[in-house]
Amino acid sequence: MSLTAAQKFHAYANPARFMALSDRLLAPLWALTLLTLGAGLWFALFNSPPDYQQGETVRIMYVHVPSAWLAMLGYSVMALASAVALIFRHPLADVAAKSAAPIGAAFTFLALATGSLWGKPMWGTWWEWDARMTSVLVLFFLYLGYMALWATIEDPLRAARAAAVLALAGAINIPVIRYSVVWWNTLHQPASVFRMDGPTIAPAMLLPLGLMAAGFTLLFFTLHLVRMRAEIMRRRVRNLRLARADEGEA
Amino acid sequence: MRRAFLALVARDIRLAAGIGGGGGMAVFFFLTVVAIVPLGVGPDRPVLELLAPGMLWVGLLLASLLTLDRMFQADVEDGSFDLLSMGPLPLELVAVAKSLAHWVVTGLPLVIAAPVLGILLNLPPETMPWLMLAMLVGTPALSFIGAVGAALTVGVRRGGLLASLLVLPFYVPVLIFGVGAVEAAAVGFEGQAARQALLFLGAITLAAIAIGPLGAAAALRAILR
Amino acid sequence: MAEFFHMGGYAAYVWTCYGLAAAVVAALVWQSLSDWRRQSSLADKLEKAAGGRVRRAAAPAREDDR
Repeated sequence: MSLTAAQKFHAYANPARFMALSDRLLAPLWALTLLTLGAGLWFALFNSPPDYQQGETVRIMYVHVPSAWLAMLGYSVMALASAVALIFRHPLADVAAKSAAPIGAAFTFLALATGSLWGKPMWGTWWEWDARMTSVLVLFFLYLGYMALWATIEDPLRAARAAAVLALAGAINIPVIRYSVVWWNTLHQPASVFRMDGPTIAPAMLLPLGLMAAGFTLLFFTLHLVRMRAEIMRRRVRNLRLARADEGEA
Repeated sequence: MRRAFLALVARDIRLAAGIGGGGGMAVFFFLTVVAIVPLGVGPDRPVLELLAPGMLWVGLLLASLLTLDRMFQADVEDGSFDLLSMGPLPLELVAVAKSLAHWVVTGLPLVIAAPVLGILLNLPPETMPWLMLAMLVGTPALSFIGAVGAALTVGVRRGGLLASLLVLPFYVPVLIFGVGAVEAAAVGFEGQAARQALLFLGAITLAAIAIGPLGAAAALRAILR
Repeated sequence: MAEFFHMGGYAAYVWTCYGLAAAVVAALVWQSLSDWRRQSSLADKLEKAAGGRVRRAAAPAREDDR
């Protein structure tokens, strides 16, 4: 029997199959994540030179830049999964979208916090309303709103649809917000002491940065799988409880 | 279809103008928010002049959020939404009608009230036309974007609070270009920056009118299926 | 070694940054894993209690209008 493309698509969407596949993937993924992060940390902390301008604070970059990257990756995964959920009614897609949000939000917070910790010694201020930081802050709010919407609608199928609409609306809006914040910033010409271009990256810093970025990305996908599995189980628990309640009534 | 659409808009405006509709409430809220600013930052006139465009816009955003949660909720609660969804209008047009009515009842009165409040905040008179123009161009976007938030939180307890949290980040560009137009006009850049800001504001409003009802209808279908 | 912890005078910033990152990541990992453990053990328990009578209903959520 040959399957059509659509049938294959839905065959992989089968949660039972997903659970079996992800179960086999998880152990190697964890190992790879730990290995890459360990190597990245080794280079970031011990085996890379201080920057000639920024000194040792450049080591903050090895956490800050990968976090900011995950903040964006997280929203992209969320928006993509939401689009798939809305268009193809793919049963796993809304699980994927929901599971990506807390991870993305955590790394967005980390990007903001480490940026602040970097800004204090380098620019002399914890917070600067510059275009990049402001739009990341708005991104953080979008994540929180998305999670709040999931938390308030009880039925997972309905919550998934509503959250998907919100995630896509946010995806349309992010470039607009970004552009408007840049415009706002040039209008006000902040009297600041720093330049945004920062250090040009020396090759010796590229290796720890690359390793940390790879490690963070692996961590994201590993955690994403774990959270998706937990979410599928949560729905199974919910259905079992509903079934039991039905029986109790009958 | 056109008659059904106009009838829906007229009905919503009538309901909002009546008892418990909350139409006048938004203006009153706007007034109190703006009146509270000098009490907070002090009555220093140059300081107030500096803050005026931003405070007026922030007050406007909050006031228009205030009435958002009733946009669909009231109809869902009393069952008239079921009639609407079975009627001749597609949900997208229902959302357009609702947003339009919300703008007429909330946005427009706020725009008219804004110059009066501008006087309270010592806004220079020559920037008043820019303020009104920017608000006139920008407020429809608030209603049409807000419709998505209102639709997403239909049936949620304390939906108004959640809708505000969801919608506020989306209002950021409107706020930025709205304030930008007034500020640029205040420092004598009518020609360049203010006009640019108005054009962006118009673009956002048009995009919101095009996309907002689609999102609102999708959200309503998702939640009230 | 002391020099390493000193971080060229920026110790407070660099180590707070790494500490915060470690704390956030650890919390995220812990929360994800404990949620998984809780949900899967709950599902096991409920499935045993139901004893196969509700296998069909216990299948994971699907769209009914597909």
